[in-house]
Amino acid sequence: MSKPEFIYVTYIETTPEKLWHALTDGDFTERYWFGARLKSDWKAGSSFEMLRDDGTVSDRGEVIEVDRPRRLAYTFVNISEKYKSDRPALATFVIEPYGKLVKLTLTQEGFAEGSKFLDGISKGWPAIMSSLKSILETGHPLQIPFEALKIES
Amino acid sequence: MDISRFKPTTVYTIYIAATPEKVWQALTSAEFSQKYFFGNSVAIELRIGGAFIVRTPDGALHISGEVFECDPPKKLTHTFNVNWPALIEKLGPTLVSYEIEPAGQAVKLTMTESHDRPIDDDILSGGRAGWPAILSSLKSLLETGNALEVKMAPPQRMLDALKRLGIGTP
Repeated sequence: MSKPEFIYVTYIETTPEKLWHALTDGDFTERYWFGARLKSDWKAGSSFEMLRDDGTVSDRGEVIEVDRPRRLAYTFVNISEKYKSDRPALATFVIEPYGKLVKLTLTQEGFAEGSKFLDGISKGWPAIMSSLKSILETGHPLQIPFEALKIES
Repeated sequence: MDISRFKPTTVYTIYIAATPEKVWQALTSAEFSQKYFFGNSVAIELRIGGAFIVRTPDGALHISGEVFECDPPKKLTHTFNVNWPALIEKLGPTLVSYEIEPAGQAVKLTMTESHDRPIDDDILSGGRAGWPAILSSLKSLLETGNALEVKMAPPQRMLDALKRLGIGTP
């Protein structure tokens, strides 16, 4: 049996620097990431947090690898009661120039056995990555209601 | 052919700022597919049992198949058999299914590739490399009016695996 992990690849008409900014700037992530503001100083070993509109923390983890604008890795897990048997899972973003485009490969791994968080991120990432591609290519994020993701309660 | 025997091997989901009808049109028309599908043109008879054909830019037959589910603009399922000698004898048919669902002001498009027997990851690497490029380009085309210029050769590990099985490639 293969280990539980999530992989997503997308191609975006942008530059590696713009994509790096879009993945790490809290003001920018808030616009396309279901309102989530990422907060970190982006140094290996530093804390990583995802903040809701009201400033409360939804997810926590640690920055693992920072190689601007090529590779970014951090762990995180949602801290709500629903995911209490989950642990932080490692998300790695690999940014590669691809002709006039950028290829973005996202992998997330290291989930607990029977992880509920894996179900959540597997439904969330395609929407977040799609909205990221839209905002970089058109200037506008997608308008997707969170409920449309149908994440198991 | 009983499509319920097929098991998903690759699933790709992408959200697009478009209507379900526009996404359906992009998936089923030659004019659109030439722009986002490496220059290939799709021709499909939109009825169960209808033919699905993909031709390369020089007009050669590249992929052929048959329609199994057709519910515009929600669901389309057809076989997707690449025209390489001995491929279907050795690996069986490939099934591709698209689901189109409204998601707020966007559309959720889910592509599922399925097979009726276990298939090696080396063989599946072709589709796993191709689908994200094709569907990223389709999204750009519908949202910006311009498809992406993605140049891509078949993965070497897939070509090697096909050769080992005695399957010819162009």
